[in-house]
Amino acid sequence: MRTTTRGARAAVAVLLALVLSLGVAACGSSNDESTGEEEGAGAIVSNPENGKVTLTIGSKNFPEQEILGEIYAQALKAAGYKVKSDLNLGSETVAHQAVKSGATSGYPEYASTALTSFFGIEPEEVPAGAQPAYEKAKAEFEKEGLTAFPPTPFASANAVGTLKKTAEERELKTVSDLEGQSEEMTLYGSPECRQRIDCLAGLEKYYGLKFKSFTPVDIGLRYTVLEKGQADLSILFTTDPQLAAEKDKFVILEDDKHVFPAGNVIFVTKSSVAEKAGPDYEKTIVEVQKGLTLPVMQELDARVELEKQSPAKAAAAYLKEAGYTG
Amino acid sequence: MSLPLLPALAGRLFTVPPSASFGGAVEFIFTPQTSNVTGGKTVGGLSQVVELTLTQLEVTVLALALSLAVALPIGLYLGHRGKGEFLAIGIGNAGRAVPELALIALMATAIGVGVLNLTVALAVLGVPPILTNAYVGVRQVDRSSVDAARGMGMSELEILRKVEVPLAIPTIFSGIRGATIAIVATATIAPLAGVLTLGDFIINQNVYGDDGVVAGAMLVAFLALALEFSLAGLQRLLTSKGLKVSTA
Repeated sequence: MRTTTRGARAAVAVLLALVLSLGVAACGSSNDESTGEEEGAGAIVSNPENGKVTLTIGSKNFPEQEILGEIYAQALKAAGYKVKSDLNLGSETVAHQAVKSGATSGYPEYASTALTSFFGIEPEEVPAGAQPAYEKAKAEFEKEGLTAFPPTPFASANAVGTLKKTAEERELKTVSDLEGQSEEMTLYGSPECRQRIDCLAGLEKYYGLKFKSFTPVDIGLRYTVLEKGQADLSILFTTDPQLAAEKDKFVILEDDKHVFPAGNVIFVTKSSVAEKAGPDYEKTIVEVQKGLTLPVMQELDARVELEKQSPAKAAAAYLKEAGYTG
Repeated sequence: MSLPLLPALAGRLFTVPPSASFGGAVEFIFTPQTSNVTGGKTVGGLSQVVELTLTQLEVTVLALALSLAVALPIGLYLGHRGKGEFLAIGIGNAGRAVPELALIALMATAIGVGVLNLTVALAVLGVPPILTNAYVGVRQVDRSSVDAARGMGMSELEILRKVEVPLAIPTIFSGIRGATIAIVATATIAPLAGVLTLGDFIINQNVYGDDGVVAGAMLVAFLALALEFSLAGLQRLLTSKGLKVSTA
């Protein structure tokens, strides 16, 4: 089993290299079309002016966030800023507070999470598209004196996942297909999932599903409980590297009633900080996230979660492979 | 120190997140509160507090029972024979360094998550202090008392039961009390292993808010103190009269 996984992983890595180069090439051409003043997605240029500004880049406390935090921090450093990082801010409420108070200059947040957690928007009312969701969140953040930079290409969402075998046996394609079957199925998810409207509470409310049981587990065990046969269903993330690497083992069920809004990542910062930092702040962040498509993010997650690389190393490799840094 | 001073003192000692207050935390314990992420359902309140406290207590008792069952006989036996110091002290010290979450994850692949996994993981925390203190307690009993007992014709088991253990009670109990505090405090990670304890309030700041986090921490502290006082009481009951006079 180990060797087949390795094989699959190698294949994904090769694919990624392809996607990366294509993605960057594509970005370059679209740039030329839109503005004409930027020459492709070239290397980040260090501006000595920026040395006067110190930025503290934060992130929440799980691998994908730490990778993003590192990418932004290293890119801004390359652009000449003095950069400190604080990549273990805990939950979104803590991160939000840290940016508002100025303890952190900015951090990456999922647009959907911002809308539901900070601004009281019901999950079903979160706009489906990346751009409308971004604009809605941006408008809300502005009322608090915060600025949100444009979204990443990739989006992440919670998802109900199961073993492919289970999905085939029970003919499950969408979450609605669980109707009439969920009573005999166990669901595992993070402890906070239980009461969240964009998680178990939403599955119960909008789909009318009742499960045999819900068991809270550490996020790190979300695949173990499926493999072990303890969980019939487990809450996964759409960016999970396991979904790409082990396609014939794990599947996710389509969220046909939109309980799990997908969120592209937007970088949230204090407006006053953005003003002081000058135009290179936003430019650098928008530039380096252009290559962050779903397969690329999955590969970066894989390097950290499956291959146990440090987020800093994975971020540095991304910046280098995509040509942002020498 | 008089009790009414405690909250004020605690307020000075600990930094509380700006959006939390002790008043808010107390309110959270008694009345259900609104939450940003639950879609209108309230969280906290007395019934949930009682439920989670009982689970925390249940898990603690189970883990403590398992560590007692494992560590006490071994510690007493080794202490009585005066052998295996390396084992008793070495395993004791090494056991303290085991990272709980990693252990839970490791066992999850073998036995899954749930009460069994959690009980074993927490018992690993309880074994070292109980084992080491039982060994040391029995070992340090005055040899002349043991020789006198043997001279009176007591069997080895009788010596252990009637002489060594009664004399070692204070040391054995300090081990048990240490183990209990470690277990009850660490049982807050249980929601990461499939069991809902008071840790749910602490881990899920998103759901319960800062008041919930502070309330959870306060409740765990109170529970730990309550257990500590009960065990101290039990220790007094079990300590022989002669020993109380000599140590008091």
